[in-house]
Amino acid sequence: MPVFRILRLMFLLIAVMATPARADDAVLKVLLNGLADANSFAAIEKTVAEIAATGDPNAERALDALSSGDLYVRKADKAVFIGKRKGGGYLLSDPLTGEDAGEAKRAEVEKIKVNNTLRRVVRDAIGGLTLASSDPRARLSAAETIFKSGDPDAIPALDAAIARETDANVKERLTEARASAVLKSDAPVAEKTAALETIAARGDRDALSLIKSYEAGAQGELKDAAAAAIAKIEQTLALWAAGQNVWYGISLGSVLLLAAVGLAITFGVMGVINMAHGEMVMIGAYTTFVVQDLIRQYSPDLFDWSLPIALPLAFLVSAAVGLVIERGIIRFLYGRPLETLLATWGVSLVLQQAVRSIFGPTNREVGNPSWMSGAFQLGELTITWNRLWIVVFALVVFTLLLYALNRTSLGLQMRAVTQNRRMASSMGIRTPWVDAMTFALGSGIAGVAGVALSQIDNVSPNLGQGYIIDSFMVVVFGGVGNLWGTLVGAFTLGVLNKFLEPYAGAVLGKIAVLILIILFIQKRPRGLFALRGRAVEA
Amino acid sequence: MRGMTARFTKSLAAAAIASGLAWPSLAQAEGDTIKIGILHSLSGTMAISETTLKDAMLMLIDEQNKKGGVLGKKLEAVVVDPASDWPLFAEKARDLISKDKVAAVFGCWTSVSRKSVLPVFEELDNILFYPVQYEGEESQRNVFYTGAAPNQQAIPAVDYLMSEEGGSVKRWVLAGTDYVYPQTTNKILEAYLKSKGVADEDIMINYTPFGHSDWQTIVTDIKNFGSAGKKTAVVSTINGDANVPFYKELANQGIKAEDIPVIAFSVGEEELAGLDTGPLVGHLAAWNYFQSVDTDANAEFIETWRAFTKNDKRVTNDPMEAHYIGFNMWVKAVEKAGTTEPDQVIDAMIGVSVPNLSGGYSAMMPNHHITKPVLIGEIQEDGQFETVWQTPGLVPGDEWSDYLPESKDLIADWRAPMSCGNFNVATGKCGGKGIN
Repeated sequence: MPVFRILRLMFLLIAVMATPARADDAVLKVLLNGLADANSFAAIEKTVAEIAATGDPNAERALDALSSGDLYVRKADKAVFIGKRKGGGYLLSDPLTGEDAGEAKRAEVEKIKVNNTLRRVVRDAIGGLTLASSDPRARLSAAETIFKSGDPDAIPALDAAIARETDANVKERLTEARASAVLKSDAPVAEKTAALETIAARGDRDALSLIKSYEAGAQGELKDAAAAAIAKIEQTLALWAAGQNVWYGISLGSVLLLAAVGLAITFGVMGVINMAHGEMVMIGAYTTFVVQDLIRQYSPDLFDWSLPIALPLAFLVSAAVGLVIERGIIRFLYGRPLETLLATWGVSLVLQQAVRSIFGPTNREVGNPSWMSGAFQLGELTITWNRLWIVVFALVVFTLLLYALNRTSLGLQMRAVTQNRRMASSMGIRTPWVDAMTFALGSGIAGVAGVALSQIDNVSPNLGQGYIIDSFMVVVFGGVGNLWGTLVGAFTLGVLNKFLEPYAGAVLGKIAVLILIILFIQKRPRGLFALRGRAVEA
Repeated sequence: MRGMTARFTKSLAAAAIASGLAWPSLAQAEGDTIKIGILHSLSGTMAISETTLKDAMLMLIDEQNKKGGVLGKKLEAVVVDPASDWPLFAEKARDLISKDKVAAVFGCWTSVSRKSVLPVFEELDNILFYPVQYEGEESQRNVFYTGAAPNQQAIPAVDYLMSEEGGSVKRWVLAGTDYVYPQTTNKILEAYLKSKGVADEDIMINYTPFGHSDWQTIVTDIKNFGSAGKKTAVVSTINGDANVPFYKELANQGIKAEDIPVIAFSVGEEELAGLDTGPLVGHLAAWNYFQSVDTDANAEFIETWRAFTKNDKRVTNDPMEAHYIGFNMWVKAVEKAGTTEPDQVIDAMIGVSVPNLSGGYSAMMPNHHITKPVLIGEIQEDGQFETVWQTPGLVPGDEWSDYLPESKDLIADWRAPMSCGNFNVATGKCGGKGIN
């Protein structure tokens, strides 16, 4: 009966080929359902370790859900599901296959709680499971996880992964991960020395951290090798740290520039000591909040566009408020700086309390659009997207303002009125109108700054107060009446501050900058770039 | 134009009602009522935190009146606005006690505002309920501290992080705002960590000014400090507005809670309301109450609060619970004493025990601090905290820290015959009149 035997053999083969996955799934399912009985973080951790030990990549979905707190136990049958919020209940799906598993009311399921320690364990487990993933990004992150955890048991899996890896970048990371695992294993000294070199060549913070913790427990030759590697990495990192400081300085400078550039118009060009300047910034930030709130309600898809939409609106709203202040109060006070100071101070308090009454005293959430969230790595520099965009934005605003002042007829009239009011008036320029427009322009620019600052600071009625002193400092330091002075002043103060901060601390650093400015003003009362001319002397 | 004016008046009126200014005039005629002073800033920097407490007090008084008031009389709230101006706190407190003749005052947030009103309460002999976690090192006859002392918040938080469950942290960043609460708390924590064998080089202390907004350097420093191969955590006593840019920077620089957790003592549900908490999941806070606490009392409290504020998204927080406990204690003590006379109420307060919102009872101790459970919570995506650890029982508040050399011998006991806020057990003498 050869035919019969062949048939039987075939059946057996098919069965053998088909069952491993099924059998594993069944094992996984049992393990997963064990989570339902785990009543402490330690018990859950143990179950996760067991799941990781199966090495079955199918467990990834369940583990992922566990770490993000989406895993639930159905109380009725103690089965584990992935749950997604839907109305008052949850939409359940199978934790292994992702298949739909009906719905459940809130009281019918219980969330499996996670904490940081558990999340780390799950992350490491997922790292081990996704080494063989088809997605290079998953393999990369798996390599990174193993690099940090340095699990010696992963060496065989890593060897296999390195052998079949085609992507050079991923391969490098895998080799580093293997080196990290070798360090923690009981490999011979020569192999460990080679591993140290591999990690040292990586040269970043993670590598430093790893070698440092290794050095603490190492002995003899290896300890020396580790110390040498640490010294080498620290040397390169010190250079990068200086670069990082410059970048932080530029970033702080751009914030100062944004806050001050509007004041450079109202105070610098017009000479109005405008204590309500910070509140114009705040109004711009609140405009952003209102725009985002409306977008969230009516068309959430547009969220990434919320800032471009808010920009012109913030400009208009702040400019309008500025116009009202100028026409209503400030125009009666030209030439009386003390009264202007007091009146605008009063206006700032009124505006703060008005915002507090309308929007409430608590912070308002202004979200970062996706293109402004997160950071990217430039060598060892961490550059956050929001800071980068704010630097770019500050420079664009500055350029536009420069263009407006030097190339438009309104700008020409503004400069004419500042330099010699009576002559300008005799030439037929309506000086009151120019005053109003200049003040509105300065206020509008402050509003635009508010849109940017809402991305890094909190949107509360006090937002403006934090910037008013800094703004005056920048304008006075840079030279009253000179836009370029404001630019140079802002970046100088930013970089100076950031270089002092690591040595003196944030509080003393700020004091030191203030003292330096006072000394500087003693020496050069008109700031960095002094305006010369008859009008200035008068 | 006319329509606009009308609308403006209307919104002004609404604002006035919302801010509670119209409240006192609505109450009954003088004489029939017991007056309660509410001394919280409604404008200025601290308005962000304190306005909520004013609303919470109005709600508690309203609820008590629905139950028939106290001693057969209705309660009447007297709201004043000290405008985040510390000397003004003292003036307003004096007005409340001498002009309005209030029976007790609920108020203050910052330690400096409390210090500024202390002499007034002592001189005019009235009662202050102080609802915020603070640095300790104080016990005053006229003040009842319903917030946490350092051993009811800071020390258990550090213990948790040191434990295996909390991640066996070996390296510590103590980051705070530059004023008395963070400075003293960090001093206590530093002494405590050293007593646990943490080396000098494993502690980094950093202070920033109020409202600090540029956190780039400090967050990078924390990251670098954390790359020394030992598990690192940040203990944050950063206060108020500065928290939002701090957490934004943490999120943007990609510091995950699994790697370097941040545990905060001044960040509650209210502060998180202004933040996208997605990237912050897992960072921690230590409090004595979370809105997410699953008890019937809490569910009822939240429901009443939302109904009272007519906002079904309003969150509750720890200092609100402290006022809830303090107010109920006061009511009970007044009923026990049979009078609202502060002197007798102060004596009646000690030993009074009322339910708290986390399912237990809080009692007033002879040192004018209360017993509370300590909860450690992790931030969730919806801006709430999930309790991951909790003290097995109630922790009594310890006013004089055992970890500072200058206060380890001091105790407070306001019962006769000792009646002393800083009794030195080493010398057997009372060190003075209760102000440190």
